[in-house]
Amino acid sequence: MMFLKNVLKDRVAAASFAILVAVMTVGIFAPVFAPHDPEEVHMELRYASASWEYWLGNDHLGRCILSRLIYGIQPSVLGVLAALLLSVLLGAVIGFVAGYFRGKTDVILMRICDVMLSFPSYVMTLAVVGIFGVGLEHILMAFLLLKWAWFARIIRTSVMQFSESDYVKFAKVAGVGNAAIMRKHLIPAALPDIAVIASSSFGSMVLQISGFSFLGLGIQAPKAEWGMMLNEAREVMFSKPEFMLAPGLAIIIVVLAINFLSDAFQAAVDPKLAASSRKERSMAEAAAGRLERKEVA
Amino acid sequence: MLHVHRVQKSYRKGGMLSREKKQVLHGISFDWMPGECLGVIGESGSGKSTLARLLLGIEKPDGGTVRFDGRNVADRKARLGKISAVFQDYTSSMNPFYTVEKIVLEPLTTRYGRHFNHHGKIDSLLFQVGLDPAYRVKYPHELSGGEAQRVCIARAVAAEPQCIVLDEAISSLDGSVQVQVLDLLKDLRKLYGMGYIFITHDIEAAAYLCDRVMFIREGRLEEMIGVNRLKEVQSPYAQHMLKMVIR
Ligand SMILES: Nc1ncnc2c1ncn2[C@@H]1O[C@H](COP(=O)(O)OP(=O)(O)O)[C@@H](O)[C@H]1O
Ligand SMILES: [Mg+2]
Repeated sequence: MMFLKNVLKDRVAAASFAILVAVMTVGIFAPVFAPHDPEEVHMELRYASASWEYWLGNDHLGRCILSRLIYGIQPSVLGVLAALLLSVLLGAVIGFVAGYFRGKTDVILMRICDVMLSFPSYVMTLAVVGIFGVGLEHILMAFLLLKWAWFARIIRTSVMQFSESDYVKFAKVAGVGNAAIMRKHLIPAALPDIAVIASSSFGSMVLQISGFSFLGLGIQAPKAEWGMMLNEAREVMFSKPEFMLAPGLAIIIVVLAINFLSDAFQAAVDPKLAASSRKERSMAEAAAGRLERKEVA
Repeated sequence: MLHVHRVQKSYRKGGMLSREKKQVLHGISFDWMPGECLGVIGESGSGKSTLARLLLGIEKPDGGTVRFDGRNVADRKARLGKISAVFQDYTSSMNPFYTVEKIVLEPLTTRYGRHFNHHGKIDSLLFQVGLDPAYRVKYPHELSGGEAQRVCIARAVAAEPQCIVLDEAISSLDGSVQVQVLDLLKDLRKLYGMGYIFITHDIEAAAYLCDRVMFIREGRLEEMIGVNRLKEVQSPYAQHMLKMVIR
């Protein structure tokens, strides 16, 4: 909790955090927040612009855009987030084991990763959908299958680098156990790297989901999803560009919020970047200054 | 007593699947007596750091044994309170996310348990290595090289081990700071009655601090001799290294 406070001292991060919490809450309780039924067709309201009744206007079938946006949070944000967290978790466990213990364990795990990574991702997704049938959960499952290997490789490299450092060597000499070394030295060091790769793949996953929905493999037609809304608006991109605005901005805002939050997270864990606790230490520094001058190196 | 018996170590050349091996240590044997300061001298690449990792039990020898008071050092419990280390690279020797206090505390909580009452202990350790108690809240990147190495030394003596392995511990420091740290090591040795295994490529530093020195060349023990008889070395390699300094 102390740590969360540190992250939220950054105003941009606090705003991003608030936006994400709000978006998720609205998404989870979509039926409460949505003003209309997202699938209700009103042909007489096709491409109607914003009004008091329909705040963001109506789409090509006269459906309420705001309600569709709200119902789209579940697949677009919550679904992707869940798949992302699961694959990062799986990748982290495998990456930590491979990077820390090395040797045969590492060789075997990394060959499995290579096999997973050697399939082109679209082919793999198509195969999963072919086997299990059309549906968002199957696409998310395919993401999980594909992405963990990629995360595992990156996390392994990062863990390897830290586990070679002399402070880990010292901890081993002092008799600290493997689990404690991972918990105290390796996980905190690797977390910023993990946050960066996770947040950077969030945006691409949202866009990929919408691509599959467009192909008819993900979310099925009447249901709302942000990427699919973009695709529907694409048909009138030149005559009525304002219809791209709502889903496009929604995706951009969520992706940006995630990225800002991960940046702030990185800055908060790195003592070199954390300026927040500077003030408390400056007094100690003044007291130590006398000693500092004594030495050259 | 640390008893090293015919240790061998080789590393694979190239990848994991390669068969070709490079032998780094060839059957080294010696004894270290409690309280003694033993110097290990060799050129870069002669296998000194490899030997250090075997002595510290964080790598296992391919052949031979390293025993401390009769127990294998690879056993984590056998090392508690017996052996500790200071490494060359003071920047990577400390977790960058830890304060000095947390860094020095690590061996203490490992040896005495998490509820060990450490308050006076950290201050007195910092005082012993010549640092102000205000350094407790500093992070590694805020320390100079000499200060960082002092913190590493404080951490190494914290759990009061019998032996500290110092692998090129002063080699990255400036000349005048090197002498300060050597003097500090001499003082601490008197204070705690512990011994060192001082690994270096610098004969002068070894002669200043040690009681006995051994010369290592390409993973083989060339010669072992008392420091007061250093001028009488027999092996051509040791004579050569000595000449380089005297000249
Ligand atoms: N982990 C390792 N893997 C492969 N080769 C190693 C490893 N550690 C050391 N070596 C090799 O062993 C030799 C001796 O290295 P080292 O013990 O670091 O020497 P020194 O500390 O005396 O400079 C070097 O040739 C080095 O390439
Ligand atoms: Mg070395």
